[in-house]
Amino acid sequence: MANAAKPTSRPLSPHLQVYRLPLAAVLSISHRITGVGLSLGLLLLTWWLCSAAYGPDAYDQAMVYIASPLGLLILLGFSVALFFHLCNGIRHLFWDAGRNFEISQTKRGNIYVILGTIVLTAAAWLLALA
Amino acid sequence: MFASNNLRSPLGRARGLGSAKEGLHHWWGQRLTAIALVPLTLWFVAGIIHLAMGGEPYEAFMGWIANPCNATLMILFLGVSFHHAQLGMQVVYEDYIGGHAWRTGMIIATKFAAYGFAALGIVSTLICCFGG
Repeated sequence: MANAAKPTSRPLSPHLQVYRLPLAAVLSISHRITGVGLSLGLLLLTWWLCSAAYGPDAYDQAMVYIASPLGLLILLGFSVALFFHLCNGIRHLFWDAGRNFEISQTKRGNIYVILGTIVLTAAAWLLALA
Repeated sequence: MFASNNLRSPLGRARGLGSAKEGLHHWWGQRLTAIALVPLTLWFVAGIIHLAMGGEPYEAFMGWIANPCNATLMILFLGVSFHHAQLGMQVVYEDYIGGHAWRTGMIIATKFAAYGFAALGIVSTLICCFGG
């Protein structure tokens, strides 16, 4: 009974605050976070289209906001989120089809998703700014 | 809902009652829109890159959106994206909001907002095509 109060070094059950998430889990929650972010980004897409419908002055004003440092930062974040969600979403479709469930395949998929996000984002910005 | 002294497991109670009838529809809708969004997203990115590459911004945009293919794809992109977004947001609410009233309220508000903004974007696209 005396032992019961002693601090123990038993393994703790996995919990978000004491458990280092594996890369696949980080990418999994990132899929959700980018999904929520992209939903908000869709509102900005609507605002941009709306500005064009209101005419040249409104559109030029919108483009001033978009070309501002904050606007470009949001656009960069939007593009990273878009390409990540696209790449990881394609992986989810493979999983939905019952494929690539082995741990080795998941680890390879992690790399493909990250590389795909970086390459697509870099390519899009290089082409756009060229 | 069930008496707490019922010794049957939740699975035992649910077995044989059939599905809740709505799961597959949501799941299938999310996957179908995901597949559609792969080519639509690539077209959208290509369009934005094209617009960024030059010209007087307003004229470049109006010329681009006046193309029937681009207008059609933009309308599809808006409709499918907002549909996909509200399906995804619904899952997020269902997972993280405990209170039934809050959760249902947020789901309803998000669905209304999604279709409202989708309509606004589609109408704006049509005005750019026909209104100018």
